[in-house]
Amino acid sequence: MTIQFNDETFRDDYSFRNSDRAIKRFPFPFHEDSYMYSVNMEQHRGGPSGSVYEKRFDVDEHYLSEMRDRAIVLAEDPLRCQSLPHMTLAGWDTLELIMVSKSEDYPDLFELHRDGSRWRWVNKPMGIDHTFTFLDETTLPCGPLEYITRQAQGDYAVLDQRGDMLYMDAGMVTTQADWSLDFDIGMDFFEWHAPVPLAHEMGIFKRALKFLLNVQQGAPARRLNWTMTVNPLLDTSPENYHKWGIQKTTLTPENIGAKQHLRVELQTFYRLPRSNALLFPIRCYLIAFQDIVSVPKWGRRLHRVVRDLPDELATYKGFIANRPMMLDYLSQYDDGLPTSPGVWPDLETEPPLQR
Amino acid sequence: MSAAPQKARAGAERIDVTVSAVVPVNDLVTRFEFTRADGRPFPPFSPGAHTVVEMQDGGRTRLNPYSLMSDPSDPTTYAISVRRDDAGRGGSLFMHRNVKPGDAMTLSYPVNLFPLDRRARKHVFIAGGIGITPFLAMIAHLEHLGGAWELHYASRNRALGSYVEDLTAKYPHKVHAIFDEDGEAIALEDLLDGQPLGTHVYVCGPAGMIKWVHDTATAHGWPAENVHSEEFLAPQPGKPFEVRLCKSDIVIQVGENESLLEAMERCGVDAPFLCRGGACGQCETEVVEADGTFDHRDHWLEEDDHASGKKIMPCVSRFIGETLVLDR
Ligand code: HEM
Ligand code: FES
Repeated sequence: MTIQFNDETFRDDYSFRNSDRAIKRFPFPFHEDSYMYSVNMEQHRGGPSGSVYEKRFDVDEHYLSEMRDRAIVLAEDPLRCQSLPHMTLAGWDTLELIMVSKSEDYPDLFELHRDGSRWRWVNKPMGIDHTFTFLDETTLPCGPLEYITRQAQGDYAVLDQRGDMLYMDAGMVTTQADWSLDFDIGMDFFEWHAPVPLAHEMGIFKRALKFLLNVQQGAPARRLNWTMTVNPLLDTSPENYHKWGIQKTTLTPENIGAKQHLRVELQTFYRLPRSNALLFPIRCYLIAFQDIVSVPKWGRRLHRVVRDLPDELATYKGFIANRPMMLDYLSQYDDGLPTSPGVWPDLETEPPLQR
Repeated sequence: MSAAPQKARAGAERIDVTVSAVVPVNDLVTRFEFTRADGRPFPPFSPGAHTVVEMQDGGRTRLNPYSLMSDPSDPTTYAISVRRDDAGRGGSLFMHRNVKPGDAMTLSYPVNLFPLDRRARKHVFIAGGIGITPFLAMIAHLEHLGGAWELHYASRNRALGSYVEDLTAKYPHKVHAIFDEDGEAIALEDLLDGQPLGTHVYVCGPAGMIKWVHDTATAHGWPAENVHSEEFLAPQPGKPFEVRLCKSDIVIQVGENESLLEAMERCGVDAPFLCRGGACGQCETEVVEADGTFDHRDHWLEEDDHASGKKIMPCVSRFIGETLVLDR
């Protein structure tokens, strides 16, 4: 299937839109009517055809526009991409993993031709056809991590593993939910997770770390995380909080359906073969409330989740002030009927809204 | 979320291989080389990684971990070196006696529990006997990428020093061979003292050697995080014992010459594991009830875990007593 790429923006006039197809394949993160932190990891080995879980690195209709947005962010703030000196090999690992995966999973869009260490990479949507020498940085216009992640949707944290601990020693971070690579660089797993409420006390991070230390080559894993964003902004960084934070006050009962977005991160975990580092791609998907409620099951469920979410989480995720307005809106789409288990839209089997 | 949960078998992913060469290195050690059965390149690996070799020995499946010693930049071949252990449980004897070129075997994907610290200004390797194998891959890797290293390699004598001739010929200034029978010993204190700041030390060899290096380095003020070691524990034989597995709802017997993990596998229980050597933590199992004494042999659990009697690592540890019930 060829993908029709959108021409859209994630800033200024916010022309970002999801097509019908993108709505139906949206990674809705709630498998039941309530939500609490958990060690929600599973294997990342494909998923239903057409779903965002199917390919190793999902490419969708927003690809080109997201890459343009990343380039704008990097031009303003080059520190969004950093790699400590010992992480260069992990950067090459990342480049190899993404090039191999994309060329195998999307042969009509990407090609990789390898002749020993002479590699030719063809990225048709972005119009790139580049021959370089694998492991020779002088043959790329920038470091290997930056090179490939300027061509791949989502943020990337690259973790060095030393003495049963992970350290955030490299990354490309321009589509983040209010955290900063420049602040977190060099931190360990517990340090960068320090701001998260409740999860530490629940023992979640201790168990999550144990799991991650044992993620093995050839056996990637994934989990979902979510938050809320007003306007389809990819770059909700602390560096730019002064620009996007105030937009949360522009929400009204009239515009909330279009402006309020559920932001879901498909996070995956790969052991990198040459460096033994861990790659943590964080792929951000945005969807407007008015599009979520077009799926009756999701409308019912989102209302219940937002209503019953502990205050600590609503505060941390930054929407406690807007929660009453969200609930006024969402309650119109909750008729009290039961919902089917699991994350899928179940459009054929779930009843339409009864009102 | 559970988008599409698929249950995989325990352990790392597997690769079907063909034995491409069996090369005697000396009286005790043989090298086995493998190519991929499907003709594709092997996955790249990081030096220090091991693979778990699956051996079909009659009706019994043996799973033994061996360090990958081949050049990590060569995707056509994986190689291991196996020291014959006449008193062991038979895995190394099986490799030496039964495995021939052309045989089909199965390897696990590489798993690295002994990685290089890439921040190091210099890497100092200390090997004892067959402990040389991970360093062969590390040396090849550093030679390609450019990185300072030196090797101190103790073996019984020149004839039993696997690869010692190759190494000293290729890297005369970086390799220091020491032969026990010539009355030589690694001058550990001197070599620790003479290193530039930011040096990391790696030791692989017998347990006594590993402890000696750690203790000496600590005494000389080395930070613990600059000293790395790997010791594969082969599961040791022990008295048979009985275990009840409550999730599987069966009672199994652990024989004298098998580990608790192997006994579970023999009885069809898909128990998690990676290293099978007490180092990775993957097989950690909760003890529900126990009346007896544990014989903890792993490197994973903390001392208070051992003392608590609430956890066991079935790949290497055993039990002596009446009742043992595990949450598996
Ligand atoms: C190595 C991989 C990981 C990286 C790099 C990472 C990074 C982060 C970062 C930067 C934050 C934001 C913290 C802040 O407020 O500044 C965060 C939040 C969080 N992380 Fe992780 N994380 C990783 C793995 C995991 C795993 C495996 C779990 C499993 C439970 C987890 C659970 C969470 C939770 C629950 C939050 C709060 C999210 C929210 O409520 O919006 N993380 N993580
Ligand atoms: S399998 Fe690694 S500790 Fe038991």
